[in-house]
Amino acid sequence: MNEPTHPLERDPEDALSPDAGETSGDVIRCDACPVLCRIRKGQSGACDRYANVDGKLVRSDPLLILQRTIEQGGAVVPFLEPGKPWKGNLISASNTFVTGVGATTTYPDYKPAPFIVASKADGIDVVTVVTEGIFSYCGLKVKIDTDRYLGPEQSAVRVGGEQIGHVTTAEYGSQMLALGGVRHLTGGSKKEGNVTCDAMLKLANREPVEMAIDGGAKVVVQAGAAPVVNDEREERMRVGCGSATIGIFARQWLGHCDEVIVVDDHITGVLTEHQAGRFLDMRPGGIRVRGRKSTPGRYFKVAQPGLGWGGTDITDPLTIIEKIDPKTAWPGMRVLMVSTTGEDAEWFVLDEALKPQKAQMPAPVRKVVERIAENCEPALCSVLFMGGAGGSLRAGVTENPVRLTRSVKALETTVTCGGAPVYVWPGGGITVMVDVLRMPERSFGYVPTPALVLPIEFTLPLEAYRGMGGHAEHVLPLDKALERARFRAEGWRVDNPWPVAERK
Amino acid sequence: MNRPVSARLPEGRLHLQHGPIDLLIEAWGTPHEIEAAYARAEARFQDVLETLVAELPMLRAPLGEAYPLFRGPVARRMAAAVWPHRASFVTPMAAVAGAVADEMLEALVAGGALDKALVNDGGDIAFFLPPGASLRAAVAHDPQRPALDAGIAIGAASPVRGLATSGWRGRSQSLGIADAVTVLARSAAQADAAATLVANAVNVQHPTIRRAPARALKEDSDLGERFVTIEVGVLPACAVAEALEAGLAAAAAMRAAGLIEGAYLALQGERRLLEPTQDCAVPALNSQAQSHQGRIR
Repeated sequence: MNEPTHPLERDPEDALSPDAGETSGDVIRCDACPVLCRIRKGQSGACDRYANVDGKLVRSDPLLILQRTIEQGGAVVPFLEPGKPWKGNLISASNTFVTGVGATTTYPDYKPAPFIVASKADGIDVVTVVTEGIFSYCGLKVKIDTDRYLGPEQSAVRVGGEQIGHVTTAEYGSQMLALGGVRHLTGGSKKEGNVTCDAMLKLANREPVEMAIDGGAKVVVQAGAAPVVNDEREERMRVGCGSATIGIFARQWLGHCDEVIVVDDHITGVLTEHQAGRFLDMRPGGIRVRGRKSTPGRYFKVAQPGLGWGGTDITDPLTIIEKIDPKTAWPGMRVLMVSTTGEDAEWFVLDEALKPQKAQMPAPVRKVVERIAENCEPALCSVLFMGGAGGSLRAGVTENPVRLTRSVKALETTVTCGGAPVYVWPGGGITVMVDVLRMPERSFGYVPTPALVLPIEFTLPLEAYRGMGGHAEHVLPLDKALERARFRAEGWRVDNPWPVAERK
Repeated sequence: MNRPVSARLPEGRLHLQHGPIDLLIEAWGTPHEIEAAYARAEARFQDVLETLVAELPMLRAPLGEAYPLFRGPVARRMAAAVWPHRASFVTPMAAVAGAVADEMLEALVAGGALDKALVNDGGDIAFFLPPGASLRAAVAHDPQRPALDAGIAIGAASPVRGLATSGWRGRSQSLGIADAVTVLARSAAQADAAATLVANAVNVQHPTIRRAPARALKEDSDLGERFVTIEVGVLPACAVAEALEAGLAAAAAMRAAGLIEGAYLALQGERRLLEPTQDCAVPALNSQAQSHQGRIR
């Protein structure tokens, strides 16, 4: 026997390396699991889940096609078996898009991609190269809509004790995590890689994942769902920072409040000192809050970050008041303290000793507090997959990979992931970002490298495909491709642009 | 490349699958014990296939004169189970399903306090029966038309802890024509190896039987160019009897050698029973067509 004695001592991505020598003629080697069955034409592997149909490895899991109907959401063909004739009245090339979901891959891509499908768009012959890419260089950018303190920047994000990423620079009203990446996937321990891969897979497939941030919070993230921070569901984003809140609502407070302090972890605003209050000729209130003054009426770091008011650690708002100037403040002065989400608010009136005393909030003030809350958008977690398709995956598309890169950069080739539009980064390679919520459900898979498997499609005019050295001899008309594959159909998402259109 | 998959079936069983390995696992006991047992099984399952594959070429090779030395625990179970049968053509793969079931059962039970447990690897079953527990099992002759063709109850006092069924219709290839050969043994690996070989022995030459080289059906088959059964037409009664008697003789020799505890053979409506020695009841068989059953006591 000249089979390799320990196939697993090699990188699984090399499992199909050309030197194996057995992948010839009618026999193909299946790389779906470590058994690496050799499967002759018409046979199936040891598991009976993968078969060799006319020299192609075919998964019994169906290929996903997406169908656009005129009225959108109309009838789609549910399931068809290969070889079974179908009437063709529901499927036509102009409204069917073959996705990489279930396409399988042919890594390493010295072979053409699993499906290279031809169709027509506006009278132009268009080719869609359909494959599933294996990405070691990939990560998730997670945007968590919350001002609550999740943890210090650069802090480790852990699942089951293993680091899967870190806290990165916060964005407006949101905390950001950078997860995955090649260093955690393959650069650390085997366990770190597997935990990272598992967490990424779940997040990309829209499942919830609980993470712990070093020196910070425990957070449950699920794409499209509200974040859960330390077991509390985060319902709303802040309307803006404290200063912005002052600016938005100053005029509505005029005449009802003598002073408003908007508590915020980023910038706490003090109305009468703020530009907005001065513009309205408001009498200075003489309340000095803690923290570092940025510009008049705007204060940084009035408290520590935390899970209290406005993303700070305070639960009693009066603790941020450093002093009240007796020369400026006056007895009976009405003070509103409110957080940037309107979730926390207190109404105070200064007594004879200029001490703030809690009082019943007047209705007009309550109305503005409620308006702050109304203006806070629902808090969501967004998960964007980011990965580089710049490597050998391109060889499944063309014999001259850089031409594909150039064609993508020139907007001649449209890249989609499971039909979803992607953002292509400038610079070298084909580094894409895609919102997992715009992709079909459960689009992602993985290999034990560990690395994620992502459906990816390249759509371009046939002429351009020939021109770049594409595998033109492997181009199949769409109806032939559908005869070959077992597939299932889903409706096209109306909010995704149709990729099979002539690019101007 | 796909990794092991784990799923909880609605009725509480655990389903583990990786490549060709497909396990249904059931544990009885307190919810806490069951959860802990399933967690142990899941953890153990992670590298079972990969470890086997690392030694696959040798596992697919026919036994020679020397006892095959394997590194992996499942491979060692396979070697131990097939070694006594080396006078026949056999490769360690004849015991793979049973050996995986035994290995997984050991992990499932280890350190816990279960009332009962079983690991079913595609019909090759390893089970844990503490005192007072018992197991009922049924045999279906034709996977396309599953029916409870025969039943058996195994008590804790019986030494039987493994049960395996082999036949030409099953997923594994067979050199013989048996619809079903079910073997009871002290482990699932022993039962698996014996069932494979007894099913091979249930054989006769007849024009209605179609055979093809194993590699023509599965390129990687450990049976190489040997002819395996792909179709069995209706056989005359004398041919059925001849095939069953050949199988029964093979099973009897195995029981005499202490390799198995009992066996049940079925072919085209005829059955033969090699009765288990102790603490096993065979209710379904006892109630049906006794006159047709040959018995060796």
